[in-house]
Parts: sequence; structure tokens; C-alpha cells
Amino acid sequence: MSVQASAALRGAAAATTADGRPAIELRGITKRFPGVVANDDITLDVFAGEIHVLLGENGAGKSTLIGILAGLQQPDAGTIAVHGRPVTIGSPRESLDLGIGTVFQQVQLVPSLTVLENLMLGGSSWRPLRRRPALTRFLELSDLLGVAIDADVPVGRLALGEQQQVEIMHALWRGERVLILDEPTSMLTPQGVHYLGEVMKRLRDKGVAIIFVTHKLREAHALGDRISVLRLGRVVGSIAQVELATMTEQQVTDKVVGLMFGNDGPSGRVGRLALEDRTARPDPNRIDRSAAPLLRLWGVATAAQPGECAVRDISFDLWPGEILGIAGVDGNGQKHLAEVLAGQRPAIAGSIVLRGVDIARGGVAERRRRGIAYVTDERHGEGTIATFSVATNLVAKEIGTPPLWRHGVSRWDRIHRHAREQIERHDIRTPSEHTAIGKLSGGNIQKVLLARELTGQAALVVFNKPTYGLDLQNTQLTRERIVEGAVRGVAMIVISNELDELAAVSDRIGVMFQGRLNGIVANEENVDRRIGLLMTGAAA
Amino acid sequence: MSAAPHAKMMAALRSSARLLLPVLLALAVGGLVLLALGKNPIAYYGDVLAHGLFNWGGLQATITRMAPLLLIAAGLVVSFQAGIWNLGTDGQFVLAAVATAALTPVLIGIVPWSIAIMLSLVVAFAVGAAWSLIPAFLKASYGINEIVTSLMMSFLGTSLASVLVKIPFRDPTTDVPQTRVLPVADRLPRLFGTTIHAGIVIAVAAVVLVHLLMTRTAFGLKLRIVGANPRAAAHAGLNVARLTFATFALSAGLAGLAGAVEILGVQGTMRADWNPAYGLLVVPLVFLARFEAVGVIGFTLFFAVLMIGGESASRRVGVPQHFVPLLVGMLLLFLALVEFLEQRRRRLTKA
Repeated sequence: MSVQASAALRGAAAATTADGRPAIELRGITKRFPGVVANDDITLDVFAGEIHVLLGENGAGKSTLIGILAGLQQPDAGTIAVHGRPVTIGSPRESLDLGIGTVFQQVQLVPSLTVLENLMLGGSSWRPLRRRPALTRFLELSDLLGVAIDADVPVGRLALGEQQQVEIMHALWRGERVLILDEPTSMLTPQGVHYLGEVMKRLRDKGVAIIFVTHKLREAHALGDRISVLRLGRVVGSIAQVELATMTEQQVTDKVVGLMFGNDGPSGRVGRLALEDRTARPDPNRIDRSAAPLLRLWGVATAAQPGECAVRDISFDLWPGEILGIAGVDGNGQKHLAEVLAGQRPAIAGSIVLRGVDIARGGVAERRRRGIAYVTDERHGEGTIATFSVATNLVAKEIGTPPLWRHGVSRWDRIHRHAREQIERHDIRTPSEHTAIGKLSGGNIQKVLLARELTGQAALVVFNKPTYGLDLQNTQLTRERIVEGAVRGVAMIVISNELDELAAVSDRIGVMFQGRLNGIVANEENVDRRIGLLMTGAAA
Repeated sequence: MSAAPHAKMMAALRSSARLLLPVLLALAVGGLVLLALGKNPIAYYGDVLAHGLFNWGGLQATITRMAPLLLIAAGLVVSFQAGIWNLGTDGQFVLAAVATAALTPVLIGIVPWSIAIMLSLVVAFAVGAAWSLIPAFLKASYGINEIVTSLMMSFLGTSLASVLVKIPFRDPTTDVPQTRVLPVADRLPRLFGTTIHAGIVIAVAAVVLVHLLMTRTAFGLKLRIVGANPRAAAHAGLNVARLTFATFALSAGLAGLAGAVEILGVQGTMRADWNPAYGLLVVPLVFLARFEAVGVIGFTLFFAVLMIGGESASRRVGVPQHFVPLLVGMLLLFLALVEFLEQRRRRLTKA
């Protein structure tokens, strides 16, 4: 019998003989980094057959805690016990051997390998790969998850939701004791989220202990058996299973928001905004559709490299001050749409008319001069130059133009003064304007990008997943900026896979599916359901 | 005693240790190699210093040698900071040298000396730059790795240079294949009665200009952005293709200038198959200086001392000439090692 299969049996046995002791007992876990205590004396129990939700803002210590359980980091103090046995988790492999599987936010599979090949990765490098025991284990897990995936299809051809199911199988491969899911819903369709929820419940009922990390209060309430809230590295409160069963969604939300934000609780600004998702939306009647549109796309198409989704036949009008939401599952042409608007990608057909001028042939620099700004979703990949200062990144799109440059000579004193003003105005938390931007948190990097794109004479701003990976505070702040800009008369195109977000800010919402823009609908009641159907390609 | 000055002193000590430690380690291990060869390391190093630095004639030779090295290094600073690995400087150097050696004697008969020299330098720059056009085009249009293409062009360039010397530009009055010899009086002037020619002034000026270009101008900032993150450069609307051509032209042009300066200041003629291969020797120095133009001066001096002093020390102590590149190689190795240990130390104190 192979090692993998016997490990699987051990795991299964452990799950069924759970004796009421917690699957994982964390006692006094403390982890310090220079200048910050990421985990401060965390004591937490995770039980078999329970979905334990971990909630908290960015920087609350969730990632560190998961890193410790996944064997990526070692705690400075505290003990971990798995099924009552004290353990140290020295490496990711040891974590897996203990039956702790972690599914991280980004898909970590090899797209060109088949499902089964991906699952077999991570065994001993000198042992031959044996298909039959692996297939047995695969079928066992398919049955457990209640999914039907072809084991011999390259992972790259699967939908994101299916890829995530493969990730879950990978996490459970060596024993299904504990499953950690780090914000697993962020890239799924509403239907995909629903399906993931079903899988999670199924695993829970089979006795798996699940740690579910999320920002979304609604999911916490819908799926959680127990909720723990982290804040500034400490567990600031928990809602136990019995208590949770008796509370309404509103009660849970009130309590959790109070815990997450401390003093700035449900009555504070952020807490209030977190609760009242839709208050941010501007008055839909402010747009004068009888006037000429600011932007008119007609039959725009792009060319795709292998692995990309091009856009075809995109046509729409956009009026000044309007917020157009673009929904859709990732990889349906949103990136090409954003880039073709920003001038970063040529249109191979169609026209892009801004204020009556066809600008389809111009590049990024010309589009920017004409008033099109673009907040990319790849903050690290292309949005910023990680090793360069905050000051330089703030002006990266206007290098060489006066008044910060004169005859091509940099006026660094002015550039730095400009940066200090922007840092102050946009509340960018950085040690100084000279700090390398790569050292800032995701939220602060996004503030830099917003400062860069929203200052100046932008007439149209394209946002690609503007709140991706941001915590509640920065999410709210970003949405406020979008709405403020629209109220000032700047047209906004917001591409997002978060329907809540689009419903919160948009005037109209269109859906990208396989490179086409399927019907733009007004943002009214029941928009979620209509959009959800469009996202899967069903008729409008 | 307060903690702040102490911490500052420690930081200064640590950064100078990071620079000096690799040098000392390389010299120490080099000494062991010499011992293993049965030679006296102290005699060797002492001789290197005596004849490369502390002897007036040697020092002049050292400074003279620095001129082409600095010009090549200035060009490499531009290209490496822009993330372009122009390894074809040797080809660019010798082709420009041929052009200079063939053109200058002819020009001097037609126009005044100063104009002839200026024209020659401009032509040398242009020839060097022209030899980088193909790698630049392939990189900008098709993303083909310039390390391979520029190196290949360098092999072609050195071969072509030999052909040019042997056939069209050969001086018919001599038996050896070489170009017409530029009379000593028509070469670059010597400085203040020394044997050092004016090329070092051009070279230092080039280094300073490159430093100002990269740190103080929009153009330099654009190049550095392309080097640090080409996708961010495209996102910001920079014309990456045009900047790639400009980078290649500057870097190869400066290598061409180095070839011209060496011909006009030292050689006076181009012999067939002459290729000092300074280009690839300078690459590690630019790495040691972390692509900083001003830092390059110190390392170039260090290397020139080793080259000049090493020539005489090798003869006296009986060590092969190849011992100098060996030392530079070990220097790089230890630099990487010290850097690695330093980063690990930082990571460990963080964790």
C-alpha cells in the first residue's frame, strides 16, 4: 500500500474517532515582527465537524496565524496541540503530515499538469508516481466533496471554482482532519460561492474541522458555526455555536463590526458604512442622458495571446459623472477591456470616441492627456515599481512634464513636496515619501494609486477590481473616492467580481462573458439575481 | 553614551565591512592560491601595489588604463540600470577603434586637428551605437534576449574588425597587418607633462554625466523604471521600445568612445586581431559598484592597479597573467556570499 493511501486512512480514522477534544488547540500563540506584534497571546480551539470563521481587518493577524498552522512561520511563544497531541509545525510538509491542509487565496496549481498530476505533486521526489493509489484517493475525495471533476484534464482548462475544488482536494490529500480556507470566495461567482458553501458543509458533516477566513460578514453568518474576531493580533471576541444559532444576521453583524473596529464600532464612521452597504450610492437621477455621451465604444475588439480572453464587439455609451459597473467572473475579458480603454492594448477593430474624437489609435500617454486614467488591479505587477520611492511612484505617469520637470531635468524638491501633499491629503500611511513603496501595505499602495489617478484632469477613470485584497476600511475608502469623483462629474468604469460592490456604487451594470459585454442593466432591485444569471452566460 | 550615534556608527561599520570584506577575502584566498603554487603572496601583492600605485610611472600607466575602462563602465551603468544586458561592448569597442584608426589620419590631412579629433570621436560613438542596432531591434520588437544577441554581435564585430584592418584599411607600407600609424604629435594631448593622455578627462566627464543623467533627468528616471519593472513602464505610458534603442545606443556609443580614446591616446594604430576584451572585464566591476556611476571609479582604479601592477608582478614573481581575472572572479564570488549572508542575517533578526 502506498504511503499516500495509508496516510489517507489514518486521517480518516482520526476524523471519525474525534473524542470531543478540539482538533486544534492554540494556547498563547505569540508572534512578533520588528515594531509589531502580529499575534498576541492567541488562544483558540477549532473543533472537528465545525466551521470556525476567522474575521478581522488586514493586519489583524489572520495571515500570520494561518502561516503558523501551515508551517510557514514559527511562533515565538505558545503551544499547538493537534487532537490533544502537542506538536511543532516546522514546515509546510509537517503541516500536511498532521492532516492540516491550507487553501491559499491565489490558486497554487500548475495549469499545464492534469488534476491528478497536480494532486500527486508534493510526494517524495525519489519515489515513482503511482497512478492507481492516487486515483483511488482522488475518487474517495471526489465522493467526500460531492464533486465530479475529470482527473485527466489539465488544471488550466478548469473553471476557477473547479480549480479551487482541486485545491481543496490537494489540501485534504494526506488526511482530512483540518482544512484552512483563506478568503476562498473572493474570485467566485455567486453560484460558485453557494456551491463552495455546500462543499464546506458536507466536509463539516463528515467531521472535518474547517477554519474559514473571510472579510465578508454575510458569509460568516451563513456558513459559520463559530466566529472568532481578531483585532491587532488578539482574539477580541468569539461567538459560540449555541449563541450563533439564536442570533439574526443583523445581530451577528452588529456584534462582529463592534468587535472588529473597537471604538470606531457600529456607531463609528467605518462601522456604519460597513453595515449600510448601499448608502454610498449617488443619486441615479443626476445624470443627464439627453446630453452627448462622454465616451462611446462601438464594436471594439482586441487580439488575445494564448491563455488570455480577448474582447469582441464591445459597444456602450457613458455619460459624464456616471458609474458603469462591469461584472463577470475573472478571465472573461475584463482585463482586455480595461487595457484597451487605457491605451495599453491596441484595438484591432471598432472605435473609441471620447468627447467626439476617435482615440482608438492613441497609446497610454495620449489617452492620459485626453483625460483617461486607469487604476490597475495589478498593484504590484504593473501599478507600482516596488523598489522606488512613494514619491516617484506618485508621479510615475507624468515623468518629464512641467512643473515637476523643467526641460527634462527632475526637480526633486518639488516632486518630494508634491508627494508630501498627496500623502497628507490621501492619508497614505508611510514612514516618509522616500520609503520604497513595496514596503507599504496593500491598502496604502492602493491609496497611492488612487492619488495618482484621481488628481489632475481625469474625465474618465477605469478601475479594475479596485478593492481586491483590501480590508473593510480601505474598501470603503476606495468606494467613497469613486463616488466622490462621479459626483464631481468624472465618469467611472468599475470592473469587479464583487456584485455587492457594483450594486453599492453603480448606476448601470454590464456583464462580461467570454469577451462580450452582455446587456447593460440599470442598478435596481433584484439586480443581483439578473447579473448572476448573466455571469454564467444565461440570456438576459 | 546615547544609543543613536552608536547605532549610526555600527551601520557605517557594517556597510564598509560589506564592501571591504569581499576584497580582503579575495586577496586572502588569492594568497592561498599563490602559496599553493609555491610563490610568496606578500611579494606578489607588494609588487602589484609598488608598480601599479606607489610608483610614478606605474600610477600614470594605471590612470591611462582607467580611461577606456571608465568609458565602457559608464555605458554599462546606463544599460544595466535600464535592465538591458549589453554584453557586446567588445565588438562595439574594436569596430569603433578600427573606424577611428582608419579615419583620423585621413581627416587630419583635411581639417584642423581639433575638428578631426572631434569628428573621429563622434564617428566612433556612432559606429559603436550602430553595432547595437540589431540586438536593440530584436529586443524591442520581438523581446529576444539581448544577452545572446549582443554577445553574438560582439563575436561578429571582432571578426569584422580584423577583416577591415587586413583588407580595406591596411597600411601598405608595413609588413604587419595594421592601419596607418597616427603620428605621436597628432594623438590626444598629454596632461601636465605626464604620460597620461586627455582620454581620462573624457572618461571622468562621461561618468559624471551618466550619473547626472540617471539621477537628475526625466530620461534617466524613465530608463530606471524600464529596468526595475518593464510592465510598470508600459502601464505608465513610457515608450519602452524607443527607450530600449536609446539605451543600447548610449551604452554601445560609450563603448565605441572607449575604443577611439584607446587608439587616439595609446595605440595610434589598429593592429589586426587586436582585442583587449576590456568590455567583459568591466562587467563584474559595474556589478561590484551596484550599477552606481560614481562607485565605478573606485573599482576601476582598483582593477587598473591590479592590471598594471599585475603585469610586472607576474613577471617578477613568476605567476601567470591570468591571476588578475582570477582575483576579480573571487571578488565577485565573495561579494555575492557576503551579500547573501547579510540578507539572511537581516531575515533572521526580523523573524
